[in-house]
Amino acid sequence: MRRLQLLVPALWLAGFVALPLLVVLLLSIAQPGPGVPPFLLPFAWDGGLVLRPNWEPFGLLVADDYYVSAFLQSLWVAGGTAGLCLLLGFPMALGIARAKPHWRAPLLMAVLLPFWTGFLPRVGAWIGLLRDEGWVNGVLRGLGWIDAPLPLLYSDLALFLGMVHAYLPFAVLPLYASLSRLDLTLEEAASDLGATPATVFRTITLPLAAPGALAAFLLVFIPAAGEYVIPELLGPPEALLVGRALWQEFFQNRDWPVAAALAVALLAMLILPIRLFQRLEARR
Amino acid sequence: MGLLEIAGLAKRFGAVPALVGLDLRVEAGEFLALLGGSGSGKSTLLRLIAGFEAPDAGSIRLGGQDLTAMPPHARPLNMMFQSYALFPHLSVGNNVGYGLRREGTPRAEREARVAEALAMVGMQELAGRMPHRLSGGQRQRVALARALVKRPKLLLLDEPLGALDANLRERTGFELRALQRRTGASFIMVTHDQQEALALADRVAVLEHGRLVQAGPPRAVYERPATRFVAGFLGAANVLEGAPDAAGGLDCPGLGSTLRAPASMPAGTTACALRPERIALGQPVGGANTASGVVEDLAFRGDDSLLLVRAAGGTLLRVSHAEEDGPPPAIGSTVTMGWEAAAVVPLAG
Repeated sequence: MRRLQLLVPALWLAGFVALPLLVVLLLSIAQPGPGVPPFLLPFAWDGGLVLRPNWEPFGLLVADDYYVSAFLQSLWVAGGTAGLCLLLGFPMALGIARAKPHWRAPLLMAVLLPFWTGFLPRVGAWIGLLRDEGWVNGVLRGLGWIDAPLPLLYSDLALFLGMVHAYLPFAVLPLYASLSRLDLTLEEAASDLGATPATVFRTITLPLAAPGALAAFLLVFIPAAGEYVIPELLGPPEALLVGRALWQEFFQNRDWPVAAALAVALLAMLILPIRLFQRLEARR
Repeated sequence: MGLLEIAGLAKRFGAVPALVGLDLRVEAGEFLALLGGSGSGKSTLLRLIAGFEAPDAGSIRLGGQDLTAMPPHARPLNMMFQSYALFPHLSVGNNVGYGLRREGTPRAEREARVAEALAMVGMQELAGRMPHRLSGGQRQRVALARALVKRPKLLLLDEPLGALDANLRERTGFELRALQRRTGASFIMVTHDQQEALALADRVAVLEHGRLVQAGPPRAVYERPATRFVAGFLGAANVLEGAPDAAGGLDCPGLGSTLRAPASMPAGTTACALRPERIALGQPVGGANTASGVVEDLAFRGDDSLLLVRAAGGTLLRVSHAEEDGPPPAIGSTVTMGWEAAAVVPLAG
């Protein structure tokens, strides 16, 4: 029975994680070529199975500034988004955790409410708000504060607004989980020993919420690093993130091996923080 | 003037009154036990003194200083928590040093005082340990050292022995009292365990429904309970109901006999307390302060046996039978009982 229970997740992981990953890995060392699909397999039957890896895609990623800059920009956007979500999510989570018990469920519900709308309408709403003839510019002009519309849409501001809006719940939930578990008598003990409320927060609340904060940061950082839709729809045209580079290689250049190499490199970049997190978790 | 003076302290949570106009005085160097059942208001009183709750009315003064509106971090007293509340992310040494750090004590002095406090509870070897690697008894000691390191004049202890197992309790109790004498601080200990309160405290204050019903030295409170509640709570005395007779005694139909105290019963007395260990078996029946009954049940307790005796009038009496007086009477047998007038304590309410 126990074996059977393990079989289901094992099959799931094999079929939907390991197998696709293997396909992407093989693709990334394949030879690009004409035809459908546009690549040649990196192995052949020549009296036996012979592997003929093509390392050029990976060489290209390292050598070409275009891809290096895409990675750096993705890192910046994902890190900035995760940092902002942490900054906004911490007071929200603390507020919910310290609210009267009958308020907590409705407040958590409110955090999750955006998930009830589709992802694209939410991004679309930002376009409606921020474009030149949008609501924000309309109100500012109506008030007579500006003459010409502010270029809000297709800017870093719009990009981060959209990112933070989309990912904030992923930060609030782990923060809430760790803050609601925090034993309040610890804070009382600290204040009894002479700590002012600010010192209690700095020396007790914050360090004890750190694992939750790290989880929140990674839960936002990891998906945000590969985000494609939000930067594409809201961000500045010159923003070139890994997601867009991948899209272009795959659909415009039809260079599947380079696209796959980009995906593998992104995955490698994300495994690093995950490993770090596991280390810290194990140490506790 | 006492070290701690509490006057007219009242607190209610919603519609539930937790404390009702409580007055209490604690002298310097005194060990006071606050005794009461759950919901008696004893923990609320402790939290009000520490400053974690604000009173609805009344005042708290410590050494002449009014604490009532002062935030907890500014109050010159410390508390040991029932759960110990050790900071899980700090080592034993940093837990104990936390309070000194907040005062800005220089590093060298801080380290010396941390070492001294840990030595006081016999934990100097474990300063580098993290709290989750300590046993329950060790945690209790660290919590105690942390609460004492700032040398408070008043230490509040919330069920300090509550989480320890029975073996450790007695020893730790003695150590607690030795520490109290050595530091000269006043201790206020909250407990629901009457044995603990009687054994450790200089004075016992019994709380019921947010009121102080009796306070005094342990022996006095034990021997002369003021009310039915105190008599029942401390040592589970027999409470015998009756009506005063013409001769100054209390006629108890449930007992089938009359109770007589050394002096006449105060006017309006309707009940008396009689401790199980004050009742002697095999006494000749007849007249006041004697009774007969049938043994209904019996429990062996080591140094004595507890007998449940149904008196002739129908009341169930708790009677203690010492082991040295030979084997206890069998269940179902008829016994005769007698006691001295001094054992009869008239109750006020």
